[in-house]
Amino acid sequence: MARNALGIDDVRARTFPFPARHFTSAADLDRDTLIALLDLADGFVALNRQKAKKLDLLKGRTLMNLFFENSTRTQSSFELAGKRLGADVVNMSPRASSMSKGETLIDTAVTLNAMRPDLLVVRHPASGAAALLAQKVGCSVINAGDGQHEHPTQALLDALSMRRAFGSVEGLTVAICGDVLHSRVARSNVLTLQMLGARVRLVGPATLMPVGAERWGGEVFHDLRRGVADADVVMMLRLQLERMTGALVPSTREYFRFFGLDREKLAHAKPGVKVMHPGPMNRGVEIDSDVADDLAISLIQDQVEMGVAARMAVLTSLAARLDND
Amino acid sequence: MAEARPIAFLGARLVDPATGYDGPGCLIAAGGAIAEVARTPGLAGLSPDIERVDCGGAMLAPGLVDIRVKTGEPGAETKETLKSAARAAVAGGVTSIVVQPDTDPVVDEPSVVDFILRRARDIGLSKVYPAGAATKGLAGEQMAEIGLMREAGCLYVTDVDRPIVNSQVMRRAMTYARGFGVPFAHRPNDPSLAGQSNANESEFAGRLGLVAGPAIAERVMLERDLALAELTGATLIVDQLSSADALDSLRRAKAKDVNIHVTVSINHLSFNELDIGDYRTFYKLVPPLRGEDDRQSLIEALASGLIDVVVSAHAPAPAEDKRLPFDEAAPGAVGLETLLPALLTLHHEGRAPLVDLLAAVTLKPARLLSLDAGRLATGAPADLVLCDIGAPVRIDADKLISKSKNSPFDGRSLQGKVLLTLVDGRVVFDARV
Repeated sequence: MARNALGIDDVRARTFPFPARHFTSAADLDRDTLIALLDLADGFVALNRQKAKKLDLLKGRTLMNLFFENSTRTQSSFELAGKRLGADVVNMSPRASSMSKGETLIDTAVTLNAMRPDLLVVRHPASGAAALLAQKVGCSVINAGDGQHEHPTQALLDALSMRRAFGSVEGLTVAICGDVLHSRVARSNVLTLQMLGARVRLVGPATLMPVGAERWGGEVFHDLRRGVADADVVMMLRLQLERMTGALVPSTREYFRFFGLDREKLAHAKPGVKVMHPGPMNRGVEIDSDVADDLAISLIQDQVEMGVAARMAVLTSLAARLDND
Repeated sequence: MAEARPIAFLGARLVDPATGYDGPGCLIAAGGAIAEVARTPGLAGLSPDIERVDCGGAMLAPGLVDIRVKTGEPGAETKETLKSAARAAVAGGVTSIVVQPDTDPVVDEPSVVDFILRRARDIGLSKVYPAGAATKGLAGEQMAEIGLMREAGCLYVTDVDRPIVNSQVMRRAMTYARGFGVPFAHRPNDPSLAGQSNANESEFAGRLGLVAGPAIAERVMLERDLALAELTGATLIVDQLSSADALDSLRRAKAKDVNIHVTVSINHLSFNELDIGDYRTFYKLVPPLRGEDDRQSLIEALASGLIDVVVSAHAPAPAEDKRLPFDEAAPGAVGLETLLPALLTLHHEGRAPLVDLLAAVTLKPARLLSLDAGRLATGAPADLVLCDIGAPVRIDADKLISKSKNSPFDGRSLQGKVLLTLVDGRVVFDARV
């Protein structure tokens, strides 16, 4: 495959300074920057598949992972991305129990800033927390999920996975299915996919659809079969366990019956459809194992691999901007 | 306190909501009261001893009556004291304020009412009146000592931001308050429908991922309150209406012979939800800012008289309570010093006659609470504001007198500079150069 021929020189040639100091929203990017980031990430995919993965693009830089919410997957993805680029990586998981969460955020920001990190990856349960932090620190802030707002690197890795599977995102029909209301993944993906020219659909029960979602630029469906009809990609969202107890949906079995993805429902999609999920999955709730584990249709494992490469691209680009400052 | 020296205001633009007069005139304040009002630019035979203020066409109007002000006293004096609130008030031309009972301790019995009144007398700036809690501890369960608080000097009862969910408690408290002639204020909000929301449910809040509640929660509760006002005959103050949808309910109720008065906060006349922008917590308010359609409907309702009173909804919150993620930040905005210039915006934009706008912050709240204020007439207390209504002012939150600086008008340009404020004929604020 031609892509595997990409080497470190290609990566260097594709490196460009990030257009903003921080990456807190998919809206921080324009289409050209987004495509340039995907090209850069492609280079890292190739390098990551080599035996010697260690690079020195971030040598001397310090990356801090600041996770106010637990996330093994995202945190290790950023950690690995930072380490492969040669950065010093520090993981912090402040406990929010003794103080109010807000005090912890601001206090921690001030403290961390004094340690002079270069890149700060933050996940926080409140929408807008990453943007708030960005106002308080001198380093680059990367949003790794803020409440129900955004998770922009997830959208980037999703776009990368789709582009590698289909050659281009433009013209694809992508059905984003499930708990759109509470999903930061959905919000970032809607922005990113539309920028790349995909047709986005939002599918889910009416109680899990945000007010005004029909004005987000895609069609809204409350029937999974109709929502995935002729779709190229079906992206399932995680349903948080605490939301299945009758307040928003009556039960997990009812949810699976109408909104869980199984082979029968997937048969309505376009032949060659790919299934995605940001993880971690609730098997038997939003997705059937039979579908999730079928490597012929599931991109779920690719998403994890692409996650490291996409984050390496973001970190490299942000660091290139720091180099210029 | 020293007896106020007589002052003659010459060449003013008198605006008197009580008579509807808006035109040239003079006014003499003496002995704490208005001694003379004339609709001529000058006065003949004026004693040379009297201090003269040449108004140069600036507006002379009754001082403002702001019936919804929070301070932090007693209990949270770092936010705002009665004194700092009173200083902020007179700097904004506000000569009477009604402070809310959600302090620590709660104003739910007469000794706290008494404490506030004594403290206000000592401060001697704006007039300060307490509102009492409708229920003990604002818990919405048992009635507070409404009669005793009335006797001690509270002007109305309210549970402030906490809705009284139990309709029987609400009915009985309203009925009881009516018996003492005490107006009953309630902010309509169905909490089970609104949930723990921090923003208005809309496409905008959805994109920001904010925890949002629907505007309809206001109408649902308002319908109940209006029905109970009809049933009990109580004087109901609908506190801070915010949604266009609720106005229809109001229109229907007002067509009947029901004693309903409606307030709106200056913030909801000035801003909409989009001002939240990138999670700006100074625009996190209770009720939340709603859509532009709502704002326009509220302005029209004020102009038509459907909404009676405009309040500052002054709610001080220090920086540490605001510099938080939006969902965690304290709600509320300070507003005493910006109420008048912000309201004047509606005059400059031609949305309502000046005298009508002023009535909503002077005569109407005064009448509602039986205060002798809001009129320029011989014998009335000389509570006055002199304001150059055309003068540009740029609001700088750091320069506000309030102890807390959480003003959503920070950095905005308004028109209307308060030059002089008098309370009972005494100059309590003077910004003339």
